[in-house]
Amino acid sequence: MALTNDTIQQRLQEKFGESVFAFRDSHGMLEFAAPKELNLKVLNFLYDDAALQFQFLTDLTGVHYPSNKGGELAVVYHLHSLKENARLRFKIFVPIEQPEVYTATGLFSAANWMERETYDFFGILFVGHPNLKRILNVDEMDYFPLRKEFPLEDQTRIDKDDEMFGRGGTIK
Amino acid sequence: MSEQHIKLPEGSIEKTTTTLNLGPTHPATHGVMQNILELDGERIVSADQTIGYIHRAFEKLAERRPLAQITTLTDRLNYCSAPLNNMGWHMTCEKLLGVQTPKRVDYLRVIMMELARIADHLICNSIMGVDAGAYTGFLYVMQYRELIYEIYEEVCGARLTTNMGRIGGFERNFTDKAFQKLEKFLEEYPRALKEFENMFQRNRIFMDRTMGVGGISAERALNYGFTGPNLRAAGVDYDVRVQSPYSSYQDFDFIIPVGSTGDCYDRWLVREQEMWQSLSILGQAYQKIQSFKGAEADVYHADAPAYYLPEKKDVYTKMEALIYHFKIIMGETEIPAGEVYHSIEAGNGELGFYLISDGGRSPYRLHFRRPCFIYYQAYEELVKGSMLSDAIMTMSSLNLIAGEMDA
Repeated sequence: MALTNDTIQQRLQEKFGESVFAFRDSHGMLEFAAPKELNLKVLNFLYDDAALQFQFLTDLTGVHYPSNKGGELAVVYHLHSLKENARLRFKIFVPIEQPEVYTATGLFSAANWMERETYDFFGILFVGHPNLKRILNVDEMDYFPLRKEFPLEDQTRIDKDDEMFGRGGTIK
Repeated sequence: MSEQHIKLPEGSIEKTTTTLNLGPTHPATHGVMQNILELDGERIVSADQTIGYIHRAFEKLAERRPLAQITTLTDRLNYCSAPLNNMGWHMTCEKLLGVQTPKRVDYLRVIMMELARIADHLICNSIMGVDAGAYTGFLYVMQYRELIYEIYEEVCGARLTTNMGRIGGFERNFTDKAFQKLEKFLEEYPRALKEFENMFQRNRIFMDRTMGVGGISAERALNYGFTGPNLRAAGVDYDVRVQSPYSSYQDFDFIIPVGSTGDCYDRWLVREQEMWQSLSILGQAYQKIQSFKGAEADVYHADAPAYYLPEKKDVYTKMEALIYHFKIIMGETEIPAGEVYHSIEAGNGELGFYLISDGGRSPYRLHFRRPCFIYYQAYEELVKGSMLSDAIMTMSSLNLIAGEMDA
């Protein structure tokens, strides 16, 4: 395996300079971030560069970091260079007030549903997506359930009659 | 007379295509998913897929559960091969926690994983037969899946949603009976598989129904994020077991079967050949297991006291064991902070787990990369322009499992 994480990092920094940052090794996988305007440029570069050829989109998902002001929502791409057998993780942070990033559907057909799923759960808007609507949840839903402000039900609540489910509450 | 005529709704006479709702519950979809097909006669003009009918919010649920309790969620992803998901999840946790598993545990896992793969492929291939009108093959091979399920039962007590193994290994050593059942399976199954193959492989009807149906080029398949047998049928030899070996797969000798046209027939053949390869791996693994002697032959879990539930007799007699038991059961073990992506070759392709921990007791975020979900979006491209009956074949040859798709 000729392509090491250091080489990938070097190639990226040569091309994008200070714009790509937060490089780190996460359990053997290279991870880095870029500003949201650059996401397509970085993906295109990784795709086209003869030495890298990250042409397989393994995974695309979102994460919500409420304490990271100005970049509350993250879009995480997992890319795989099948020729070199190298993987990397690439993150984009967007503010929750205006969660917009460019769609990767032009580059990867696989991104279509993955972006719909990310929109469905986090409300991240993918600009230019051909069919950005909910995929797993019902269309009428008016919130984005995987955001951290929606806690799971308190398991100790007693205001609900759950006797049939072994929780033994009573109707108040 | 003219009053007797059927009154058509206004404007409907201009519509030249027929809309057909295939699913959400239809015997041919083998799961809860909907396809709104636009038909011109019997030819498909467009297909619109609706999924999410059995979405259970596993990713959200996982954010409150300790690691060990998430295993039961993974059972319900691809329920045709639950042990694969279980092992994949455990290996993800081990990667994050830095737990090293002994060789014997790896080989035991390989046995369970390959059995699960056979069960998965067996269902898919025989269901394809059912959709082509050949019910016999399906009924016949079910008794061999039964043998696999009996081994599951012997190892973990469950059959379908197995919750098999623990972080670090297995909850108990494999019994002699489990190995006897494995031997029985290894002895009886090849003959049945050969018979099954004879029934379909050169069967004129089956070939006509599947060859040239639902084909996809290697380039498009990669662009669509295909993995597993569906990608290999298109001619790409990508297999996670070889590309990034886990659970000591590098110790095994096997080949990756590939197809060329990516059509239903190639997908069927690839799965069929993979079953033979799995059988070979099973044989090798069983041989390796038998070479462990003495104390080594009793190893069935890693030495990771903070994450691996101690034996009951130790809990009653040793202080540390009692503490760990309590902490693990109550979910009070802190997970080290970090991010990890781990993937395994599941029945349908690359099953990935993206786990983020912020140092709390449950994951900060957990995402499943579900192969089904990703390649089902190519369905429209696969069936456009083909006949309605081809759409059914394509659907079953993709091995779509609603549980995995909807998470």
